[in-house]
Amino acid sequence: MKESVGTTGLILNEPLLWERGKKGRSGFSLPRRDVESCPLDGALTGEGPDFPDLSEIDVVRHYTRLSQWNFGVDSGMYPLGSCTMKYSPKTNENQASLPGFAGAHPLLPAALSQGILQMMFELEQYLAEITGMDATALQPAAGAHGELAGMLLIYAFHKSKGERRSKIIIPDTAHGTNPASATLCGYLPVPVKSNDRGILSIEAVSEVMDEDTAGIFVTNPNTLGLYEEDIRRIGEVVHDKGGLVYCDGANMNAVMGIVKMGEIGVDVIHLNLHKTFSTPHGGGGPGSGPVCVKKQLEPFLPVPRIVEENGSYALSNDYPESIGKLQAFHGNVGVMIKAYSYIRSMGPKNLKKASQLAVLNANYIKEGLKGTLHLAYDRPCMHECVFSDKHQMAQKIATIDMAKRLMDYGFHPPTVYFPLVVHGAIMVEPTETECKEDLDQFIEAFKTIAKEAGEDPGLLHDAPRRCKVTRLDETTAARKPCLAG
Amino acid sequence: MRYLPHTDKDIASMLQAVGVDDLDALFMTIPEDCRFAGDLDLPQALTEWELNEHMQGLAGNMAVLPEYKVFMGAGSYEHFIPACVPYLLGRSEFVTSYTPYQPEMSQGTLQAIYEYQTLTARLLGMEIATASHYDGATALAESLLMAIRLTKRKRVAISSLIHPLYRRVVRTYFEPTGYEVVELGYLKEGVTDLSALGDMDDLAAVAVQSPNFFGCIENLQAVGEKVHDKKALFIASFTEALSYGLLNSPGSQGADIACGEGQSMGIPQTFGGPALGMLASRKKYMRSLPGRLVGQTKDLDGKRGFVLTLATREQHIRREKATSNICTNNSLCALCAAMYMASVGGTGIRELACLNHDKAEYLKKGLKEAGFQIAFDNPTFNEFVVKFPAGFNASYERLLEKKIVAGLPLASYYPELANHYLLCVTETRSKEDMDSFVREVAS
Repeated sequence: MKESVGTTGLILNEPLLWERGKKGRSGFSLPRRDVESCPLDGALTGEGPDFPDLSEIDVVRHYTRLSQWNFGVDSGMYPLGSCTMKYSPKTNENQASLPGFAGAHPLLPAALSQGILQMMFELEQYLAEITGMDATALQPAAGAHGELAGMLLIYAFHKSKGERRSKIIIPDTAHGTNPASATLCGYLPVPVKSNDRGILSIEAVSEVMDEDTAGIFVTNPNTLGLYEEDIRRIGEVVHDKGGLVYCDGANMNAVMGIVKMGEIGVDVIHLNLHKTFSTPHGGGGPGSGPVCVKKQLEPFLPVPRIVEENGSYALSNDYPESIGKLQAFHGNVGVMIKAYSYIRSMGPKNLKKASQLAVLNANYIKEGLKGTLHLAYDRPCMHECVFSDKHQMAQKIATIDMAKRLMDYGFHPPTVYFPLVVHGAIMVEPTETECKEDLDQFIEAFKTIAKEAGEDPGLLHDAPRRCKVTRLDETTAARKPCLAG
Repeated sequence: MRYLPHTDKDIASMLQAVGVDDLDALFMTIPEDCRFAGDLDLPQALTEWELNEHMQGLAGNMAVLPEYKVFMGAGSYEHFIPACVPYLLGRSEFVTSYTPYQPEMSQGTLQAIYEYQTLTARLLGMEIATASHYDGATALAESLLMAIRLTKRKRVAISSLIHPLYRRVVRTYFEPTGYEVVELGYLKEGVTDLSALGDMDDLAAVAVQSPNFFGCIENLQAVGEKVHDKKALFIASFTEALSYGLLNSPGSQGADIACGEGQSMGIPQTFGGPALGMLASRKKYMRSLPGRLVGQTKDLDGKRGFVLTLATREQHIRREKATSNICTNNSLCALCAAMYMASVGGTGIRELACLNHDKAEYLKKGLKEAGFQIAFDNPTFNEFVVKFPAGFNASYERLLEKKIVAGLPLASYYPELANHYLLCVTETRSKEDMDSFVREVAS
């Protein structure tokens, strides 16, 4: 193969923060003391936290070195399935740091926060348009928080009709957050199996849907990267029994401008601004998980809501049926600014094109690797495709070994062992921001690894070899936890 | 479009490799009746330069420093942020990585979060801390649910001097669960009234905030003793993490769980989010904690390394039996807080906290001397409540025109506190700012 991007460089060791400091150093310009000291009663004060004292350059070297042990989308391809690791545009970071945004207090009177309120109001409208829904609430902090919001909305909807339903249908391909969010809202998850084509069947849903079931939690496209072809009919089955359809919109990147969820029977959907709308994941957040709803759920949306009158914006708490608040303030506004900037930079045509290219890239990888890896469902995929280690297991090479070996070639591994319905799953989501040459390199690397599996399996078992550390002992970490130093 | 790298030629050759004629044909598995035929009704694309102008217009339509002097905290605090924090935080290896599921490639995030957990535990006087929650309010809601799981009891009591918006979030989380939330009143000194606890049985937890919403420092030790008498868990909540640079830590006062907001640790206010939910506890509750945890371990060669651990509590393993549904948390905000705590250091955080306290005392004294009434006698940290004369709302508006935000009016949160305002002073307010504030208010 062509020379891979994976190589070794000079990686520097770096101790823990408190192994570095020395009392008497300082990394902070202490503000001038222009008032006299006024000591508090000694019974109220402690000794202060045992933090190390570091100089500014200590701190700078520490985090610069740590950053070099990390791999991000800016380092290379990060085809983590279901996570949509697309490029995060840099202008969006600049916009979110503008002093007018970054310095704004959340409880300022509305007249003094028109800029942010306008941005939020418009973003709500854009997201409603993209999903084909009637209203948006931006408050949820992440995808799972959006799911919780959605569950609470469904709960409030049934409650307003004097009902308390106890169950919710969740397909076996669902993200783990789905059953966890449903449980948090007091619903008993009722599992339903996907069929031999990897999607939900009308019959399977009809069998479990009843008047004690609040609705269905469906991810579309699903976590196998397949479009739920019968979603309309499934929605009818659920609606006929008085239930609602929740769509986990984690995979919206496949269908922007192509499917409007509000037109195919979805009642509530959450979006992940940190997936579909390019905001960076930050090593595990902050994200943002707005929910978009159809009219009948609008009265229940979280407060405060942004209202507009003659071009001026205000916050209103006057929604007596609202589920209440999900965060202390207005949600992750800093993330919203980035998503807003992304949508404004892309415009309607490029958003659709992004989905088309995301699907093209996934299908290209599927075709490129299906002779090498076992393809779980040999059908046209959406934005991601799911392979397994079935072929390699004959050589005692598991998904984890191939994943770790990919690191040596300079790629972040795909999502592994999910979805659970595919044994040894390898879930690849390249996203639209990877170019053809990089996809070719990735395919080539995987093919080389498959060859190594037969010729020199030790290379895989011992992988990775080019990272800061070799394979880590996760079992001992969990058995004898050491969570603080 | 600069974010989309495909040339027409690339697209053509890739379509050929996939075996379809055009981009539309990629979507053949989507039934015709599911497809949207029109064009999205969104504004047309802006160039980078047009976007700059547009966003500067929006950002310019906000009341912020240096033009405005905002004497308001109430859960979001204006503090100086050293330049090295946002600079380092902008390292794109941190910013553009995912949750560290592949530890060998994520040691930077993992060590940094391990350090954050450690510094947070030290700040709060606890043994362990989680990797982060969304904000102080959700950290409180999750702590209360954790106490319910641990004690198998179904009722919690929370102080009415916990931030009103945090209490609203708790009620939202609790609404469908059937668990009961009881609110405890407050005394005229501005601290929680625990007398109602005497008659309450079967309590999973009691939550008290300190400094509380009025800025008053609660006697956490006394609270803890009363709570433990009821065999309930003592949850100490907070909105101003910086206060523990000076005050007794919750852990040292007997708290079982400490949870609250870490925004003061170098995180810009940004209209309230993203923020940082801090959650720490005694080690014995480790396996009931909600959210991500990073632990230390070794690699094959015996070298120190870090991994996400105790995942069997979490949704991606345990699904409906998980301790929380949280997945993406606020990791980068935790990293920011760690960078800030490292920069300020043990010596610095104490001096900084003292300065916050002393400046607030200076303003308090100035207002008192000008004849205004401080509503509660109890010692405070960097916030306090003033009772202004009736009709002060007209002065409030007048001050807004002078670009001064004279605190938060409390009447909409506490109807009995008409004309009461919650004021906040941090290290960012100079003596001159405060002198001129007193002059303006008194004029």
